Amino acid sequence: MALLEVNGLKVHFHTRDGLVKAVDDVSFSVDCGETLAIVGESGSGKSVTCYSLLDLLPKPPAKIEGGTAVFDGIDLLTCDAAQMRRFRSNDIAMIFQDPMTSLNPFITVGEQLIEPLIYNPDKSRRQTRPDARMRAIELLDEVGIIDPEKRFDCYPHEFSGGMRQRVMIAMALINEPRLLICDEPTTALDVTIQAQILALIKTLQQKRNVAVIFISHDLGVVAGIADKVVVMCEGTVRETNDADGIFYRTQDDYTKKLLAAIPEGPKVMQSRAQADSTMIQVSNLKTYFRDHSKASIGAAKNYIKAVDGVSLQIQRGEILGLVGESGSGKSTLGRSILQLAPITEGSVSFDGTELNTLTPKQLVPWRRKMQMIFQDPYASLNPRMTVYETLAEPLLYHGLAHSKNIDQQVQLLMDDVGLARASLRKYPHEFSGGQRQRIAIGRAIATKPELIIADEPVSALDVTIQAQVLDLILNLVERHNLTMLFISHDLSVVRYISDRVVVMNKGVIIECGDTEALWANPQQQYTQQLLKAIPLADPKSERLRMADS
Amino acid sequence: MLRFALGRLLQAIPVLLVVITMTFLLVHSAPGGPFSADKAVPAEVLEALEAQYNLDQPLWQQYISYLGDVVRGDMGPSFKYPGRSVNELILSGLGTTAELGLYAMMVAVFIGVIAGVTASMRPNTMQDYVPMTAAMIGICMPSFLLGPLLVLVFGIHLEWLPVSGWNQIPGDKILPAITLGTGYAAYIARLSRGGMLEVLSQDYIRTARAKGLSEFLIIGKHALRGGLIPVVAFLGPAFAGLLGGSFVVETIYQIPGLGRFYVQAAFNRDYTMILGTTVFFATLIIVFNLLSDMLAVWLNPKLRQQVRGV
Repeated sequence: MALLEVNGLKVHFHTRDGLVKAVDDVSFSVDCGETLAIVGESGSGKSVTCYSLLDLLPKPPAKIEGGTAVFDGIDLLTCDAAQMRRFRSNDIAMIFQDPMTSLNPFITVGEQLIEPLIYNPDKSRRQTRPDARMRAIELLDEVGIIDPEKRFDCYPHEFSGGMRQRVMIAMALINEPRLLICDEPTTALDVTIQAQILALIKTLQQKRNVAVIFISHDLGVVAGIADKVVVMCEGTVRETNDADGIFYRTQDDYTKKLLAAIPEGPKVMQSRAQADSTMIQVSNLKTYFRDHSKASIGAAKNYIKAVDGVSLQIQRGEILGLVGESGSGKSTLGRSILQLAPITEGSVSFDGTELNTLTPKQLVPWRRKMQMIFQDPYASLNPRMTVYETLAEPLLYHGLAHSKNIDQQVQLLMDDVGLARASLRKYPHEFSGGQRQRIAIGRAIATKPELIIADEPVSALDVTIQAQVLDLILNLVERHNLTMLFISHDLSVVRYISDRVVVMNKGVIIECGDTEALWANPQQQYTQQLLKAIPLADPKSERLRMADS
Repeated sequence: MLRFALGRLLQAIPVLLVVITMTFLLVHSAPGGPFSADKAVPAEVLEALEAQYNLDQPLWQQYISYLGDVVRGDMGPSFKYPGRSVNELILSGLGTTAELGLYAMMVAVFIGVIAGVTASMRPNTMQDYVPMTAAMIGICMPSFLLGPLLVLVFGIHLEWLPVSGWNQIPGDKILPAITLGTGYAAYIARLSRGGMLEVLSQDYIRTARAKGLSEFLIIGKHALRGGLIPVVAFLGPAFAGLLGGSFVVETIYQIPGLGRFYVQAAFNRDYTMILGTTVFFATLIIVFNLLSDMLAVWLNPKLRQQVRGV
């Protein structure tokens, strides 16, 4: 019998809008030393499945309607609260998606680490504070935290995202669990950090022979680490097979769709860049922010150099990809070009006009020509405005429509971004993430702009939705003669969409060039590292790549 | 932290100046004066009195000289209590009012936090509805109703507690503290429920639960600190409000506190007394707001480090 056997698990949510069968008859098993990947899009029930194992779902509305989950001979779904606490403390650990919010900001990292040891419900396993501290420092060292003794007493906000995820992993391992559940542990992280965390989980697993359940929406991520893969969709299991079987021999349509949606390979569309026509000229641009955290009385003012001397051109008609890890200054650069962030030095010109010398009033006609699409479609749309209001506002503000033809114009916009005209009177919360991003795109193209700056427009979307939105963007660029600066941390997406690529790190440009040339032959070490860290959706080569690094 | 506090105190100067100016203009534009009484005072006596208190000077001169006095910490003489200064009078009642305020605050925080946290643990169940309905009643019930009600029940019917006086019979401080504290307890209960609900839905509470901590530790160690930040922010203004708003309670229970001076001074047109008590309460509000802001900063490690650096 395997370490964990889940059979016929059913979890329903009793909401005001009726019954939602989040998990409907799901079965799988996982054994020591084995990695099981559960893959599916948002709403597929993959997280709910795992949360129900540790009784972490809010009840109500959630209710477990049936099934068993036998761990080491005991059913997790029916055991009492004391038994569940013992499982949580000693046998089953969990790592969560967002390391920024999963650690308590009010308590030092060290204290949070040793809690499972010093408050262990099993009195015989309880340790004293000094012993626990020793153990925690050892583990911090093992997961790659530099200077662990000193970092032990730091608060979470003093760690970067990747470091926090390492702390979470150390916390999960501190009681030597037999099963480790990882809920999208790398989704919120940069690609190089993701590669490191995946490698770390793999090594720790092999060393300790633990069972791992790895939840992800991205098949590419799990290719190298999974032994078995469960593909879930709308609460049910579509397919269960070993990794090679899923990636190379799948018969299931949905799995095929997931695999096909992974952005891979070069751009298919011809570049539409007009070589002799520069639209945007950025010269030696610097954008600094005051750093309040390190200032002290009498010391010189400290600055965060978000963008530190960047020069680049964007040709009319081209899609320029801007790649960088978090904190590289790529978003600030985008905002500085649009004059949304105060420029410290340098200039930005649009068709020869220096935008940074204009007054806010003089900028208004230029604002019409340049629009932005933001990353998070949940946050960037006003929840109290209907889609109609959102789309009509820029049209009326810039005088592009009058009350007579506004309805028609808004309807055409809806057609443009592939949304039903009938949903014009709906509010943003009534749409899915992908549809919301379509609305945001519609709002951006409403003013008939020439330049669009898209800041991570698909990062918050599921992989299949991401593919659809990318195709929509390419389609609109062609139909409306748009020029685009496409900002992303995801190199595969950038390769799929852009003609030329700029790589940024720590506020400066590392390298730039035509996309395919740069991919084939990166000059700088930093670019090489970035490209090497991209996970491949191919188990065999991915295993080789991971063994390599 | 010191610089943060100093900066905030500097900001208080213009605020106080506005308070003084407005109050000064208001009391002087109100009809009547400190020496107008039912029985008309002979003109020459009135003149002599006004000269003695500099009321015969032009208004702007009185204003300037009053400002000068306040800067030196002198609130001037009282018009209605001859021979005693406003400073003396405020000090004579402050101790009692502060003590009453402190007890009321303890009642408010103790009852409020327990009720709020209890309610937040099982939202939308009886465990939530009962304390929150009680809190709603507490907020709606004015102290001039609650006071006599408590006196009736616990003083007269049950004869458990004394119903008036201060520091004379053991237990005479209990009813005033409860009367004054209840409204604030109710408010704190609602604030802590809201704060706790917000924190309990955070990811890090799920993390704490996932690592097998007991419910007691999850609430007491992981949730309380963040959940009570709204309460901490409310404590400063609340305490200042308790001191300023104790008049009704002091009257019901015959307590020789500060509140009666405040109200009597307004009726008596005791110009210096009105100004003195107003400036005093304004200062209290500013100081206690600052203290609760500092406490809120200190509770948040990220802010604490930023402020320490500045």
